[in-house]
Amino acid sequence: MSPVAPRKLRVATCSLAGCFGCHMSFLDIDEHLFELVNLIEFDRSPLTDIKDVGPCDIGLIEGGVCNAENVHVLREFRRNCKTLIALGACAVTGGLPAQRNHLSLSECLREVYQFRPGIENGQIPNDPELPLPLDQVHPIHEVVRVDYFIPGCPPSGPAIWKFLTDLIAGRTPRLTGDLLHYD
Amino acid sequence: MSKQFLLDGQPVPFEEGQTILEAARAAGHYIPSLCWHKDFPPHGSCKLCVVKAAGRHVSACATPARDGSEVESNTPEMNGERRGLLQMLFVEGNHFCPSCEKSGNCELQALGYEYEMLTPRFRHFFPDRPVDASHPDVLLDFNRCIFCELCVRASRDVDGKSVFALTGRGIQKHLVVNAESGRLADTDFSKDDLAARICPVGVILHKRVGFAVPIGERKFDVATISAQTLKESP
Repeated sequence: MSPVAPRKLRVATCSLAGCFGCHMSFLDIDEHLFELVNLIEFDRSPLTDIKDVGPCDIGLIEGGVCNAENVHVLREFRRNCKTLIALGACAVTGGLPAQRNHLSLSECLREVYQFRPGIENGQIPNDPELPLPLDQVHPIHEVVRVDYFIPGCPPSGPAIWKFLTDLIAGRTPRLTGDLLHYD
Repeated sequence: MSKQFLLDGQPVPFEEGQTILEAARAAGHYIPSLCWHKDFPPHGSCKLCVVKAAGRHVSACATPARDGSEVESNTPEMNGERRGLLQMLFVEGNHFCPSCEKSGNCELQALGYEYEMLTPRFRHFFPDRPVDASHPDVLLDFNRCIFCELCVRASRDVDGKSVFALTGRGIQKHLVVNAESGRLADTDFSKDDLAARICPVGVILHKRVGFAVPIGERKFDVATISAQTLKESP
């Protein structure tokens, strides 16, 4: 009888109010990707183009929460992922999108869609398919419980690799020295 | 026999009048601080130097060393409390490291690394604090102020100009510029003042040199703040 191969961990990823820079950094683990695919399989992710998240072991969230759809997706991830990780400065602190938080949302929208130089008869988009923006951008831990945080803009490939391998091996993930950066 | 106290079980000699923090650093033991400066009287506002002496929490920068006392500093409990203080400082202002030109030279950020702060944990305040770019040589970004009053003290006690002050109470507390207009350009502030070089975070920034040293090669990119501080202390 052949030995049973250990079950691969199921991993989902998504980018909320992010720039996909953290996903790019994830790909920066380079040849470790070959090791990683022996250990995990992807569920919902920009890498698979699966649109809905199913039951997973690990969820990686890039980006903060800036609109109603982000809240919906984030809660869906929390329901389905045993371990939820905030990946990168925006997910951890709100980041760049949160720099609008001291401004009024309607002023922001008017500035961009009505008063920007070169715009004539501009109006704020109101298609019902567009998710409604929140008045402020929030780090994800202000919306759901988050198990781990990987800071950095973006976190380096080695930091993401160290964190995931710690987690997959059952160690408490730890980032120190060069691997811990907020910028 | 010379006087000494025990810091985390290690004997630390001291001279009468020295604080716990001064004696510890002189003996090569790191106790963190943000608002403390060797040339000024202790301020005791950042509380990062909190230690446990005789079972009580005290600020090491303001507490005189006592012969034979036992002090706990570098313990999981005290370092955990320091991490909590750092988290509160981070959510109270707008500390957005990725866009800050002080990143890598910032003591608040370096202490976040030192105590392995991975998340600000608390709810962010996202306060509204407009910047003051009026001065030809220096930019003021109040978003990052931690109210250590080092610029206030340096400007008043060394530069003799009293350019800065804190005003308001509690959540309303903020740094102001001593001019009728409230603008730095309308004071006699100069980029050569001590107050222009003393900010531990990224509030007082010199213009046109922001990225002369690239990110990744800066003070706390090279070594931790504990190592840097002990290297610099007498």
